[in-house]
Amino acid sequence: MTAFFALLKRDLLLAVRQGGALGTALGFYMLVVTLLPLGLGADMNLLSRIAPGVLWIALLLAALLSLGRIFSSDYEDGTLDILATGTLPMELVVTSKSLAHWLSTGIPLALMAPILGLLLNLDLDAYPVLVATMLLGTPAVSFIGAVGAALTLRTYRGGLLIALLVLPLYVPTLIFGMAAVNGLLGVSGTSSALLILGALSLASVVLCPLAAAAALRLQMQ
Amino acid sequence: MQTLTQRLANPTRFMEFSGRLLPWISAAAALLIACGLYLGFSAPPDYQQGETVRIMYIHVPSAWLAMAIYSVIAISSFGLLVFRHPLADVSAKAAVPLGAAFTLLALVTGSLWGRPMWGTYWVWDARLTSVLILFFLYLGLMALRASLEDETLASKLTAILALVGIVMLPIIKFSVDFANTLHQPSSVLRVGGPTIEASLLTPLLLTAAGFTLLFSAMHLKAMRNEILRRRVKALQLAEVERAHTAQLAAAE
Repeated sequence: MTAFFALLKRDLLLAVRQGGALGTALGFYMLVVTLLPLGLGADMNLLSRIAPGVLWIALLLAALLSLGRIFSSDYEDGTLDILATGTLPMELVVTSKSLAHWLSTGIPLALMAPILGLLLNLDLDAYPVLVATMLLGTPAVSFIGAVGAALTLRTYRGGLLIALLVLPLYVPTLIFGMAAVNGLLGVSGTSSALLILGALSLASVVLCPLAAAAALRLQMQ
Repeated sequence: MQTLTQRLANPTRFMEFSGRLLPWISAAAALLIACGLYLGFSAPPDYQQGETVRIMYIHVPSAWLAMAIYSVIAISSFGLLVFRHPLADVSAKAAVPLGAAFTLLALVTGSLWGRPMWGTYWVWDARLTSVLILFFLYLGLMALRASLEDETLASKLTAILALVGIVMLPIIKFSVDFANTLHQPSSVLRVGGPTIEASLLTPLLLTAAGFTLLFSAMHLKAMRNEILRRRVKALQLAEVERAHTAQLAAAE
């Protein structure tokens, strides 16, 4: 377990001190949300209605941009080879790296959403649920994304490919995230949608490292 | 005592076996599809849907195959990763483009059928959405394989993606079902017997069986082509190797 936490700490420190990654993701998030009203027209009622969906989709895209970094820089400088030959099982390496991605990218993006919500005239009642769905849903985003990152580690044009592989798998997260937010705005079942979202995240925390570790092992040989 | 799958692990034996089987399957597929389409087009038009109901004879078998082929891919991927069956990868690789084609066919025919029936080419209904996402999963499988040069690695990574996909598919289906459904519920395989009139159901079952055999025939053919392609590649590599050794010997 010491190795696990040491790795987690290292990745978090790198994310903070190396800079760039988080700033880029947040900047991208802001830009997508800024461009949308310019494209759709500044009708405040329309914006207020579509705000939760826009914020969720922009969050998925911003997270997607940063997925490549989970393994690629460590693969290039050989760190991943050292980790593969070490005592820590590959599954735990993946878990640690995905967790670091969630802490360093998923949570900041989720916390950024309410600020961007102001720009989109989001209903004030929706703020707590929106942030709750994002905090509950982003672990699934990071862990499913890690599978995509592991699979595309050695491919050409990994960035575009990872989007094609991973975005279809984000559909359940997006749908239940939206279901929870819309539940508050009048339909029904906020808490059940939140519970399912939590279940999705927990299941992906358990299952995705298995697939990602298998993919990494094949490429380390 | 070897099972059939173990016996067929030998590519030569597989080539012989599939070569003998292929004409029969192809002929049966052609016969069933011809009979099904003939009966389908000679049956009286539906009292509500009119002539457009005949799209069903292409649409329903394609949609059934879209799902069935994904399970063929998933089983083959499992066979590759767990049992390292030499033909499992050939089977998975051959099935992916076929699955994508049948999924696209189901989407296009469904869209053309939806226009007169629902008044629109596309609706964000649960089933349409999940079939569209299935199509994207097929595209992902093809793109991942195409982007890796090392063929063995490409096969294994694609197999992992296929297995991730088969776990995710029910979840995606369940999530998409959250939306209200415009598409009609199952009317062939249901408790209490089919709700389709027999004159429409018989041709549907015939074309469904025919399409399945058509897929089997195309799958076998594609697998045979893939095996031949690998043999040609191995021979070419051996040729290069021999030329290289001869060159070295001449230089000495």
